[in-house]
Amino acid sequence: MNEIAINVDSLTVFYGKYCVIRDITFSINKNEFVTIVGPNGGGKTTLLKAILGLVEPTNGKVEVFSKPPKELDFHEIGYVPQIKNLDRTFPAKVIELVATGLTGKWKFVITKEIRNLALEALAKTGIENLAERPLTKLSGGELQRVYLARSIIRKPKLLILDEPATGIDSVAEVDFSKILEEQQKMFNTTILMVTHDWEYAFHHSNKVILLNKRLIAFDSPKKAFTEENLKKTFGHIGHEHTMQFIIDKNA
Amino acid sequence: MLEIFQHHFVIKAILAGVVVGFLGGFYGNFVVQRKMSFLGDGLAHVTFGGIALGLLLQFEPFFVALPFTLLVAIALTYLKERTALEIDTTIGIFFAISVALGILFITLNKRYISDAFSYLFGSILLVSDKDLLISYFFGLATILLAIIFWKRWTYATFDYELAMVDRINVRFDDYLLSVLIALSIVISVKLVGIFLVASFLVIPPAAAKLLSKTFAQMTILSIILGIISSILGIIISILWDLPTGSTIILLQSIIFLFAFAVKQLR
Repeated sequence: MNEIAINVDSLTVFYGKYCVIRDITFSINKNEFVTIVGPNGGGKTTLLKAILGLVEPTNGKVEVFSKPPKELDFHEIGYVPQIKNLDRTFPAKVIELVATGLTGKWKFVITKEIRNLALEALAKTGIENLAERPLTKLSGGELQRVYLARSIIRKPKLLILDEPATGIDSVAEVDFSKILEEQQKMFNTTILMVTHDWEYAFHHSNKVILLNKRLIAFDSPKKAFTEENLKKTFGHIGHEHTMQFIIDKNA
Repeated sequence: MLEIFQHHFVIKAILAGVVVGFLGGFYGNFVVQRKMSFLGDGLAHVTFGGIALGLLLQFEPFFVALPFTLLVAIALTYLKERTALEIDTTIGIFFAISVALGILFITLNKRYISDAFSYLFGSILLVSDKDLLISYFFGLATILLAIIFWKRWTYATFDYELAMVDRINVRFDDYLLSVLIALSIVISVKLVGIFLVASFLVIPPAAAKLLSKTFAQMTILSIILGIISSILGIIISILWDLPTGSTIILLQSIIFLFAFAVKQLR
């Protein structure tokens, strides 16, 4: 029997009078790679925030590893936020941000031990050479890798990524996927990722959540990505949006 | 020049300048990086309302201004958290109300107008032993709190959400920081005056930010610039018979311009 990593039961979230998520129920098993796909304003980020313990459910409940999210130790969850939220004026070096992944605080001085672990994490994401670079001098793709290094340094049981592919070119994206798959294999990490990239979701995830305020589908990519489900999720799929997946045998 | 140090009041003024420079230099890092530079000015004017009320009630103005300013600092944090209003807007509201109340209180008892004006411009050369003691006690408390909270405030300053995900009680930390900033302003107002106190929270950290690669460097440099500008400002103002507060701030401005030039040349 598979052990459950995330259990979402009848989750409803209101922001004031506005319902963002209505009556969502699903369970994600440990070591699964699940992607969340849906339109803007469909509740994807709110769902992540509820799982992270940043948003209180109006109704229903969320459990992560059988506990309310707020009761988890911070080391258990790795979080890669959307890079657009970064304060580009903050004076900091890459290594300092990666170190927060271990310490959960912004250290005044980084010890040699933490520095070595941070360099190791940066090496895994292929940007060890950027350790001393100011955050303000990074491209979008480099910054995503820094955040990924920050999240994998703590060897989390659950890795949550909010649109990580934004700002990454296709070559880098393949590399990014390899890092995630390696985490999944080596540490039995459960991965939950919001993405706009249907193709990526189709090829890389074990299951897909189609979300538009309500749960439209929670199933394997082949079963979730039906024309009917996509119409329900995105309203319509016009000519330009019709999906043509190329099955990659090596994926 | 050295003979000025034989005067007791000069030594006391320098000691006061060191603590004001330290407080502004430390808390200012968070004020500047959190884009709340108007906070210093706003709370200084709130202090004016409290001082005027103290003068009207014939209580020690400091002990009326203190709770008055702390309450407003807590209210600002509460409104930022609970409403869609930007903090600059709420500061503007309290700023205006406090100045209006201050003027009203002074008008009700005109005997204290000159006392009220001494708070506007500060009197660092007339600082009392009691004021010095209070400011050093708070300076020491700040050092102790910085050891615990710098790493948490800095993390939340960088990214509020990441700090929350890592289980830092950011709400408590925000209220604590607001209260401490308010305290440092009330204490500094007595020394450098309402008009000039905000510059201690803005100019040294802004100059330090231009020259720093990390927030830790910015913190240290900002404190050093705050303290040095205070000491030099006091000495220059005494030697050349200039207004002390203005001299300190103009010196800070020169340091800022120098930092800007260095940044451009890099």
